Amino acid sequence: MSAASATDLPAAATAGPASLRLLEAARWRWYEFLFWGIAAACGLSVLAPALGFTVPVIPTKLMLLSEILILGLLALSIDLTLGYAGLVTLGQGAFFGIGAYAAGLMAKYGAGVAPLSDPLLGLLGAGLAASVVGFATSFLVLRGSDLARLMVTLGVALIVEELVNKLKDITGGTDGLQGVMSSKVLGIWDFDLYGYTAFWYALGITFLCFWFCRRLVNSPFGYSLRAIKGNALRARAIGMPVNARLIQVYTLSAFIAGVAGGLLAQTTQFASPDMVAFHRSADSLLMVIFGGAGHLYGGLIGAAIFRIMQDFLSNITPQYWLFWVGIVLILLVLFVRNGVIGLLMAASQKYIAKVPPKSGALK
Amino acid sequence: MTTVLETRVLRKAFGGITATNDVSFTLPAGARHALIGPNGAGKTTFVNLLSGVLLPTSGSIFLNGQDVTEWSVRARSRAGLARTFQINQLFADLTSLQTIMIAINERENAANSWFRSFGARKDLVGEAVELIESLNLADVIHGRVGSLAYGKQRLLEIAIALAAKPSVLLLDEPAAGVPESERDQILNVVAALPASVSLVLIEHDMDLVFRFAKTISVLVNGALFVEGSAEEIAKDPRVRQVYLGEEVINHG
Repeated sequence: MSAASATDLPAAATAGPASLRLLEAARWRWYEFLFWGIAAACGLSVLAPALGFTVPVIPTKLMLLSEILILGLLALSIDLTLGYAGLVTLGQGAFFGIGAYAAGLMAKYGAGVAPLSDPLLGLLGAGLAASVVGFATSFLVLRGSDLARLMVTLGVALIVEELVNKLKDITGGTDGLQGVMSSKVLGIWDFDLYGYTAFWYALGITFLCFWFCRRLVNSPFGYSLRAIKGNALRARAIGMPVNARLIQVYTLSAFIAGVAGGLLAQTTQFASPDMVAFHRSADSLLMVIFGGAGHLYGGLIGAAIFRIMQDFLSNITPQYWLFWVGIVLILLVLFVRNGVIGLLMAASQKYIAKVPPKSGALK
Repeated sequence: MTTVLETRVLRKAFGGITATNDVSFTLPAGARHALIGPNGAGKTTFVNLLSGVLLPTSGSIFLNGQDVTEWSVRARSRAGLARTFQINQLFADLTSLQTIMIAINERENAANSWFRSFGARKDLVGEAVELIESLNLADVIHGRVGSLAYGKQRLLEIAIALAAKPSVLLLDEPAAGVPESERDQILNVVAALPASVSLVLIEHDMDLVFRFAKTISVLVNGALFVEGSAEEIAKDPRVRQVYLGEEVINHG
C-alpha cells in the first residue's frame, strides 16, 4: 500500500495554478494604488489655488509631509529587519544620522566640485556610509536574544551619537553642519523655499526604496527571511545560511536608513546631532509598532500618525505631547494585534465574512 | 553494502552526566533502522549530535565517508542529512506550499535571488506540489501551517526534510502526540519512503518500530545496549527486561 495519492497529472500541469497562487501574494492591490495616489495628491494640492480651490492644510504643510515621507522611509528600513527577518533594533537612528552627515558633508564640500554635491550621488554616499557601519556591526546582532539585540543596537547608536558630538572639526559638534547646499535634482529642479522640490524628491526616493523592498520581500530571498523569523532552528536544518542572510538584510536596512538620513539633510539643508539622537531610534521603532510590522506600509502609516500627532499635540500642549503618544502606544499594544494595519485587516476580514467574495476571486 | 552514516566512540557529556556514552554505530545505505530506548536513554541527544545541533565531547561522525564531526547543521544538511524534530519546528505563518518551496529553493541555491518572484520557477513549484501530494497534504496545500491539524503538521515535518532530497533521514518520533485516528497516515508515509533514503527512526512506540524497522539498536543510559534484527530484539530477554518490561510497568 502506498501513501502517495497517485495523481496521473504531470508536475507541470499542477504547477501552473500553484505557481499563480504563490505569485498572487505579490500582486499590487487597489489600496496600494490608493495609498501612493493620496501621497501624490498631497504634492499636487499646491496647484489647487491656481485652479480656484482652497485646500486649507496641505500647501503650507509640505515640509511636514516631506518629513513624514523621510521618517516613513526610516521606519520602512526597520520593518525590513523586524517585520520580515524578526531582528529587533533600537539603533536605527545611528544609520539615519550617519547618512545625514555623509550627505551633508558631500553637499557642503562639494559645492565647488559640482558632481559631489549632486543630491542623488549624496544619497548613494549616505547609503554606502551607513551600510558600511551596518555591515561592521551586523555581526553583533547575530547571537543572543531579542533583549541582547536591543542593547547591542542601542549601544552602537549611543557610540555614534557621542562620536558626532566629539568630532567637532568634521561634524560641527553641537552646532550641527551648516551650509549644506545640494545642487539641482537631476540638474533640473532646485530646492526651493516652499519645499515643492523637496516633497517630490522625497516622494520619488521613498517610493523607489519602497518598490525595491517590495520586490525583495516577495523574492525567494525575502521568503527565506520569513522562514528565519518563523523558526531559525528549522531554517538551519534545511541548509539555510541563516547568519549570512541576516547580515545581508541588516546591511541593506542600514543602507535604506542612511538614504533616509541623507534625504533629511538635503531637504532641510542642515545636519545636526539631533539626527543621530537616541529618540530617532526609539521614535522610528514606535512608528513601525503604530503602523504594524511585516507589510512594508506599517512604517509609512506609523510615521504619518506619529508626526501628525506630534504636530497637532505640540500645538496644544508643547511639553506634554509625549504623554498622549504614550497613551496611544499602550492602547494599541493592549487592544490591537499589529498596529493600524492589524486593525484594517481585522476589519476587512469581518467585512469579507459578511459579504462573500465574487466567484473566481481567490480564497 | 556501503555505509552512509557512522559514529566512532561518540561521547557527549553535560557536566557530570554522560548523555551519549561511546556510541559506535553504522548505518548501511537503504537501511530501515530504529533507535529505541527507555525515557532518558539519550536518543534525542544522539540525534542532535548526528544533525549538528550539538557538538560531541569526543569521538567522530562520518557522513557518506566524510568526517563531518565539526560541521554545522547547515553544512550537514547540504551534504544530504535531513531530520525531523520531536517537537514540530515549522513556519507557522506561511502556507504548506510556501514552506516546501523555501526548502526546495535552498537546495537549488535559488534562495539568494533578490529580484525573481517567489514561485516563478514552475519546475520547482511542480516538484513541491508533487511532494505535498505524495504526503497526503494536498488538501492543505494553501493552508496556514500554524492552523493545520496536528497530524498534518507532523506530515509537513517529514515533507520539509524530504524537500532537501536527503540520503539520510533521521525521524525523531514522527508519530509523537498524533491522535490514534491520524496515526496510520504517518505510518504509511514512513513505510512508502523511497529506498534511496536511508532511515533512522527514533521511536517510543513499539508498534511503529516493529512494523517499520528491519534492524534495531537499543540505547540505555547513553550507551548502545544491544543491536540486531527486529526479530532478535523482540526475542531478546535483556531488552524485554530493561525496556519492554519497564514499559509495561510504567504504562501498566
